[in-house]
Amino acid sequence: MSNSGSRTYTVRLELVDRPGELVRALEPIASRGGNLRAISHERGSVTPRGQIPVEVDVEATPEQFETIVEALQETDINVVRAGQERYTEEVVVVLVGDLIGADLSETLAAVQSVSGVSVRDISLTSPHGEASSARLRLATESGGVASTLDTLRRVAGERGLRVVEPLGGERV
Amino acid sequence: MNVAVVGVGAVGSAVAELADEHGHTVTALVDSSGAAVDSGGLDVTATLDRKNETGAVGDADPDRLDAVAHDVLVEATPTTLGDAQPGFGHVEAALERDRNVVLANKGPVAERYGDVRALAAESEGEVRFEATVGGAIPVLSTIEDVGPAQITAVRGVLNGTANFILSRMAAEGLAYEHVLAEAQDLGVAETDPSFDVEGTDAALKCVIVANVLADGREYTLADATVEGIRDLPTGALELAAETNRTIRLVGEVQNGAVRVAPRLVPENGAMAVTGTQNIVQFETRHAGSLYHSGRGAGGPETASAIFADINRLDG
Repeated sequence: MSNSGSRTYTVRLELVDRPGELVRALEPIASRGGNLRAISHERGSVTPRGQIPVEVDVEATPEQFETIVEALQETDINVVRAGQERYTEEVVVVLVGDLIGADLSETLAAVQSVSGVSVRDISLTSPHGEASSARLRLATESGGVASTLDTLRRVAGERGLRVVEPLGGERV
Repeated sequence: MNVAVVGVGAVGSAVAELADEHGHTVTALVDSSGAAVDSGGLDVTATLDRKNETGAVGDADPDRLDAVAHDVLVEATPTTLGDAQPGFGHVEAALERDRNVVLANKGPVAERYGDVRALAAESEGEVRFEATVGGAIPVLSTIEDVGPAQITAVRGVLNGTANFILSRMAAEGLAYEHVLAEAQDLGVAETDPSFDVEGTDAALKCVIVANVLADGREYTLADATVEGIRDLPTGALELAAETNRTIRLVGEVQNGAVRVAPRLVPENGAMAVTGTQNIVQFETRHAGSLYHSGRGAGGPETASAIFADINRLDG
């Protein structure tokens, strides 16, 4: 199905070590018109977090590929790299404050406007009677964690939000 | 050694009570109400009983310690900010009469480190202050032993009150105000908890660490970036727990910066100590990280750090 606009992309995923994960990861690729060209996994290779790194070569048009990556990111599957972009570090933070009043989506947009930062997922809680909190998982380029946190601190500060940052110097 | 103790609160009393066990003699007990002195050695029990009954340790002149035999002055009055008085004045007077000084009071070494060092340089006496950081935990002596230049960062959970509140909020899902009230009932938190929950106490300890680590530069509380845990919502701890993390009030001294803030730490990691426990991480250039944990407050605990200092004077 090599139509004229399609090219080969490499997607690097990190899968949780449990049955069915690979099928779950490949389904969004196939169902959105991607043509699987190769799947590679080095036997015994495990990430420091205990996940299984898998590289998938996909043939697709740029539009198809975009929907594939979105679909993968909607699952909880960890997309480490897709195409040219390479996300190599993740950072989890908790924001505290009036997240609705501060307009969370604007805050996130401001963070993502920094090149190489992507918001992987958000979890929000807003219990009655106390400030709301949001946990963000951000992906940055290698070495980008410090500048990402600087930006986040500034953006959050402008909106009166507290940022609970991870403690460095301790590998999880 | 002959020991003069200034400040007869939990720490000062514990020093007086445990001195004999450590082979030392208490020759003076001084507090804001007066002084009890005896160059041959005080009857500590009788003096403390008297304080309990009458509110005063004795009626000797607290300003005439020069007339009392002592090799070391233990300064255990409450920590004050700014000019760090009256603690600083006690340090100054002792050094001017060439006596050693061991501090439990953070004020003089957090707010006027340069002045203290300058006085010590002119004196035959030496100043030590292990008890000012992390209670019983050997923090400053570890830095001294490893070598300040070998240490790239010091991080720690250094306030038991804040840690009690955070760990109980996380474990029970209880709101901040509820746990704070509980802590006050238990005597873990003061009636005015600001010093602890706003991060000031942890920041002072970090400033002292920064002063010990720094080569030349002097730090005060004003150099620290401080954010406390007041009104932290339970939801933040719950969100952290969903990814096997939790939140601790962590003080950090790194790259010349002093920072205290609630931070995300791995739930099962070393830094996630619970209750009033403290922990300190020393990140070293060549030996990875060292961790010391233990009781960061309390009379006998802090007194143990004071005796460690006195013994180092001996050597």
